Amino acid sequence: MAGIDGLNHRKTLAAVIGVGQTHHRAKREDVSIAGLCREAIDRALEDAGLTFDDIDAVVIGKAPDLFEGVMMPELYLAEALGAVGKPLLRVHTAGSVGGTTAIVAASLVQAGVHDRVLTVAFEKQSESNAMWALSVPVPFIMPVHAGAGGYFAPHVRSYIRRSGAPGHIGAMVAAKDRQNALKNPYAHLHNEGTTVETVLASQMLWDPIRYDETCPSSDGACAMVIASEAVVDASDVKNPAWIHGTQMRSEPTTAAERDQVNPHAGRAAAAALWKQAGITNPLEEIDCAEVYVPFSWFEPMWMENLGFAAEGEGWKLTESGATAIGGQLPVNMSGGVLSSNPIGASGMLRFAEAALQVMGEAGEHQVDGASRALGHAYGGGSQFFAMWVVGAQKPA
Amino acid sequence: MRDVAVVGFAQRQMKEFEGSPTCVELLVPIFAELFEQTGWTKDDIGFWCSGSSDYLAGRSFSFVTAVDAIGALPPVMESHVEMDAAWALYEAWIKIQTGEVDTALVYGFGKASAGVLRRTLALQLDPYTMTPLWPDTVSIAGMQARLGIEHGRWDARAMAAVVAHSRTSSLDNEYAVLKGAMSVDDVLAEELYADPLRRSDCAPVNDGAAAIVLAASERAGEASTRPAWITGIEHRVDPLHLGARDLTRSPSAAAAGKAAGSAGVDLAELHAPFSHQELILREELGLSENTRINPSGGALGANPMFSAGLIRIGEAAKRIWAGESDKALGHATSGPALQQNLVCVMEGR
Amino acid sequence: MRVDFDYTRSLGPVLSQFMTGLRDRRILGGVLSDGQVAVPPPEYDGSTHQPVTELVPVGDEGVVQTWAWVSEPVDDQPLSVPFAFALILLDGADVPLLHAVAVDSPAAMETGLRVKVQWAAETRGAITDIACFVPVGASEVVSTSSSTEGSSITEGAVTTLITPVNLAYDYAASPEESKFFRGLAEGKILGQRCPKCEKVYVPPRGACPVDGVPTTDEIELPDKGTLTTFCIVNVPFLGQKIVPPYVSAYVLLDGADIGFLHLILGVDAAEVRMGMRVKAVWKPRDEWGTTIENISHFEPTGEPDADYDTYKQHL
Repeated sequence: MAGIDGLNHRKTLAAVIGVGQTHHRAKREDVSIAGLCREAIDRALEDAGLTFDDIDAVVIGKAPDLFEGVMMPELYLAEALGAVGKPLLRVHTAGSVGGTTAIVAASLVQAGVHDRVLTVAFEKQSESNAMWALSVPVPFIMPVHAGAGGYFAPHVRSYIRRSGAPGHIGAMVAAKDRQNALKNPYAHLHNEGTTVETVLASQMLWDPIRYDETCPSSDGACAMVIASEAVVDASDVKNPAWIHGTQMRSEPTTAAERDQVNPHAGRAAAAALWKQAGITNPLEEIDCAEVYVPFSWFEPMWMENLGFAAEGEGWKLTESGATAIGGQLPVNMSGGVLSSNPIGASGMLRFAEAALQVMGEAGEHQVDGASRALGHAYGGGSQFFAMWVVGAQKPA
Repeated sequence: MRDVAVVGFAQRQMKEFEGSPTCVELLVPIFAELFEQTGWTKDDIGFWCSGSSDYLAGRSFSFVTAVDAIGALPPVMESHVEMDAAWALYEAWIKIQTGEVDTALVYGFGKASAGVLRRTLALQLDPYTMTPLWPDTVSIAGMQARLGIEHGRWDARAMAAVVAHSRTSSLDNEYAVLKGAMSVDDVLAEELYADPLRRSDCAPVNDGAAAIVLAASERAGEASTRPAWITGIEHRVDPLHLGARDLTRSPSAAAAGKAAGSAGVDLAELHAPFSHQELILREELGLSENTRINPSGGALGANPMFSAGLIRIGEAAKRIWAGESDKALGHATSGPALQQNLVCVMEGR
Repeated sequence: MRVDFDYTRSLGPVLSQFMTGLRDRRILGGVLSDGQVAVPPPEYDGSTHQPVTELVPVGDEGVVQTWAWVSEPVDDQPLSVPFAFALILLDGADVPLLHAVAVDSPAAMETGLRVKVQWAAETRGAITDIACFVPVGASEVVSTSSSTEGSSITEGAVTTLITPVNLAYDYAASPEESKFFRGLAEGKILGQRCPKCEKVYVPPRGACPVDGVPTTDEIELPDKGTLTTFCIVNVPFLGQKIVPPYVSAYVLLDGADIGFLHLILGVDAAEVRMGMRVKAVWKPRDEWGTTIENISHFEPTGEPDADYDTYKQHL
């Protein structure tokens, strides 16, 4: 279906040269929507050593407009984003949007159209109530839905049944990610003393998902500056995160016999991504991964979906400690979505945290010597996937 | 840059669409028509991209069900913008430029009749200082129109001429919902609705969907004998606040047009939801007296939200396919009072 | 269908000062980098992109720069009788403010008209604290409605703003869905087969999500099937119509190729199992409408559980 990369056209190399994010909190009552975005943007521009005047185009992403009650908020934000007189694109692909937005921004550079693109994703969930915005009763439909947790819990149950995973795996993931978050000053949750035992003791919300196994609802934003090879080479940026591959795939939400545990779209995107990035054994060749895990059990599920483990074996990576910092494949060193979930920005945070790792700028949650990292996002009912691989070196 | 062309275009428009706000039932026949035009199947499409709005549909993730119309198993490479689908076309054009894909199908849809459109669009304004007043789209356009009239940039007669031309041209457009031969005096005889605007100065509220197929030069010839080659596609945005810009101008349209190379087009399809906005656009895009404007009737004939801009590009491309134009532009707008504008210039070869 | 929510907006420093001023019946403008004063104050300067920091008071009278007549006001606009929206350049400002002007007819409006603020009876820290503008010299109009915007903070800085957004939509189903819901009104569960892949969809679909063509051949399905997977909802949330705890489950009707979510009752939640055989419990016939809620819930049939292999491809 697709043209083969480089057969007809040589893509411009692109790299992340600036990363910024907000301090994510349940309620950022100190800022407006614009102020929230600017906190991340100003940090990204400073990190890149650039100003708004250097930026060619702006790509913004967020999840449903009903969250903030503003229709196409990029229109009102145009001035605050420094986008006036420039191209401004607004992406919305459900929960994967932060990742898709970064991919669209990267493609503006890879296409050879722009040299320096600013991308930002945000959500100010405290303006409304996500459970409400996601569950507005539609006539004719049985109102058993209870937000995202109610949607995903039956599929988690299916995973446990299919893989035979022991019941504590989800709690292991939650305890690991909450501990990792203690090393990330931007993380929303800083829950000291979270252990497998405390997670298992927390309230069962959407059985089989416990309270401590769910993501919080956060206000937050993330921004990146993506630049072309020519710009990077001519600059004094010493540690760009080169983009080795980007992929997005979608499949229908409800199709007969659709695999909701190991979705085809995720497998297809991952296979294409590894090929694009020249990776044959992802578990060996990827140094760390930021994966979209809003409910703890999705870590083992996505390990399988991404090809890091065989089907039914993902939980063994978690159980062995391979996904902890210091393990074979650290996952969600930042604390992940389980520790900060500004929905529209959550995907971009995964992409940006992957970039920070290969830039060597991840601070206390840095994985030593990380040179190739995965950023991953998914959305909707596990039918939209976006992912990228970034590296400390230019792609071969 | 790779050479990329518009090789397929299909649309459905109506006053009120009876079906669901996801518009799946509209997209299915549109896609079928595109496959017939191009001789391709869904497997020939490298990238899919759509434009729509949750607030138009009244529910979150309204675009999700539309993916069903693709038949997206095996999975497809797909993206969505919360914008008119003309910007989805831009994203698709970029994707083809990266070399990752050679073809793309772009679609937009919206059922504006489900709500009160001019009220819903107040949610596009500054949520702190504007939306609480619920300024409706027509009032904002009316203030813009009056500024132009009182500053001598246009007059009621010029606006009426735009309306008369649209209604007359729409006679040949099976999808136009407002049509019928009209003279300038007929228009001026109408009473004022939102002084200084008459109802006929305002685009109708209607439903619809549309889609376009793009192909790089390696594939375009398979699908079309005279592809509409995109020689420039650019978009820009102005500030939202009405006091922060000269409402009688559209700097973003001018900048997009200049960058896209709008000079010398022989035909232009302009997305002007209000008559005076066509007058602004003509000037900002530097269109001459000889440029054929809106042979489809334009947005005053039918203005399906989130596909009307894409339709302008499709209508312009159609004229190139037919040999009626050698260089044409399609224009799309978004936001209040022409805030955001996209220009796509195409040539026949 | 209604989409109603009162949004709580935090304001940040600039808008907080502006809204606090309105609450105290003062209008503040922002000083831009070129020295111009803009009302309302932008949070960021359009030229330098830096935060606007200096706010100055402007007059409560000004001049209409342009206007449009609102002959048919929509819900929640400042006035419910015809009025004008206008851009008003307040004394001391260089950038005009958008607001409403109360006059009886368009004949009473003109560009250049001097107008003055009419404050709302109660000010709460919102743009609607300005009820409207009236021509200078004209008597005040009786405010049409009290503001629901704003905060309830009467002292100190206003830092948040409540913004109700109430929208009504007509919701329609696709023709395929409509058949399904009409069937339910007669106590029938109607599925349709995709003409290409031959999978049976319930409800029927405007597009088979695998083949992109409408489902066609109608099939009446039994109201009995297999529970494939489920969760127990223990969490209450806004807008929820069923009181927790309850079991939300995918039910795969016999003969269908896709499950749908429904409620499971008539069994202790702890007893619910994957593979459990369940049947529909219908509400009394006189309560039926064109809705899936005609089926009150599903409950166990008492049959032995379905073999895992019979439903594992539906997980």
